[in-house]
Amino acid sequence: MSKIRVRQLDFYYGPSQALRQISMSIAEREITALIGPSGCGKSTFLRCLNRMNDTIAGTRAVGQITLDGADIYATDFDVTELRRRVGLVFQKPNPFPQSIFNNVAFGPRVLGLTHALADRVEQSLRGAALWEEVKGHLRDSALNLSLGQQQRLCIARVLAVEPEVILMDEPCSALDPVATLKIEELMRELKRQYTIIIVTHNMQQAARVSDRTGLFWLGELVEFDRTTHIFTRPTHATTENYITGRFG
Amino acid sequence: MPASIRSIFDRELSRIRDNLLRMGSLVDTAIDRALTALGDRDVALAREVIEGDAVINDLRFTIEEECLTLMATQQPTASDLRTVVAAMNIVNDMERIADHAAGIAKTVIRMGDLPLLKPLVDLPRMARVAREMLKKSLDAFLAHDVEAARAIAAQDDEVDHLYKTVFDELLGIMARDPSTITRGTYLLWCGHNLERIGDRVTNIAERVIFMTTGTMKELNTTNVADTRRV
Repeated sequence: MSKIRVRQLDFYYGPSQALRQISMSIAEREITALIGPSGCGKSTFLRCLNRMNDTIAGTRAVGQITLDGADIYATDFDVTELRRRVGLVFQKPNPFPQSIFNNVAFGPRVLGLTHALADRVEQSLRGAALWEEVKGHLRDSALNLSLGQQQRLCIARVLAVEPEVILMDEPCSALDPVATLKIEELMRELKRQYTIIIVTHNMQQAARVSDRTGLFWLGELVEFDRTTHIFTRPTHATTENYITGRFG
Repeated sequence: MPASIRSIFDRELSRIRDNLLRMGSLVDTAIDRALTALGDRDVALAREVIEGDAVINDLRFTIEEECLTLMATQQPTASDLRTVVAAMNIVNDMERIADHAAGIAKTVIRMGDLPLLKPLVDLPRMARVAREMLKKSLDAFLAHDVEAARAIAAQDDEVDHLYKTVFDELLGIMARDPSTITRGTYLLWCGHNLERIGDRVTNIAERVIFMTTGTMKELNTTNVADTRRV
């Protein structure tokens, strides 16, 4: 079943077109990986899915993106609610310079979800596979955590506002291999409940964690298929050439 | 893969291809010599074929090791991955083909001084076709030639047909004169080994098609047992 449907999406930074006629359906409770060389439009596309690009002046999206059938670019669509339902984890962990507890509690407080806040924080940290490591230090600064722990804290922060979709923009690029594997394992756990879309430069990571993979190239979605298909018998020569390192 | 890694990958893959071809050449020679040993009743040559099988076995492990290293260090994908996997399967089939050649050589040793039951006509033909198939399959592997690989399956039908002829003829002789059973059985074993070589080469052709197209499909769905019922 499709959670997100994208139809003929074009996206512009001022006069410059970054995405061309993107159409795809993103299945619920699956991990979708977006790959492609730098500047191909995959991060721009990811940020279209929760309208994060709206914060950049001069940008324009044409086409349609629906979340559970509702057009997220419709004028009456609540963008704050969209960003609660579609959370974003950034490339570099960006904890607030506050305690671990307050980092996770931040979103719920903003949204007025303060009932049983401690339980919510604990559940979010458990969901991000961080609870056992931090349960005795919730009042310590989040900045004292390792990078891998900080990234899981950022995931816990997203989970705390009960999202439906989690967008991840290169979530492991700043992490060492062990921390990377922990995040990948966590992603597989999270997909039982959430729809996950990950942008990654690491093709092995896309192959390891995702159910479906899309290749972006010069602002176009060249191929989108089951990950096993993409990495063993891609249909398009561009995909074949990119994933085998013949260009890119 | 960045360009520098790609060049390492290409070099390693090239080494695997070279070793695979070297193994193919050794296997082809083994079949040829096994049949010569059978025709000439040359026990010493038969022993050489059996000894040579160890070299082929070692080469198979060397190539498998190279393939594993390549997969572990270069993480090939798509057609690169299929090529490495196909190479691993092909060396396995070639190793088994060499075993069949050694099987013929062992039969030659068992036969000792017993005279041949009949002049060899169809068995050398089977060997000739099987060797031709092997050569073509390796050419198809190098050229990623799907059509050539498909044609190999048709040649396997020829090997099966020849085996059926040999089988029926030997069975007739043995039925008419039970004293020929031992010598007839020896030749049947040789025929069976050659028939299996044809099947193994067909497997190689299937791997070439998989490598090139990504499609896994059995080429010859009728086996020789079905042929015999015709």
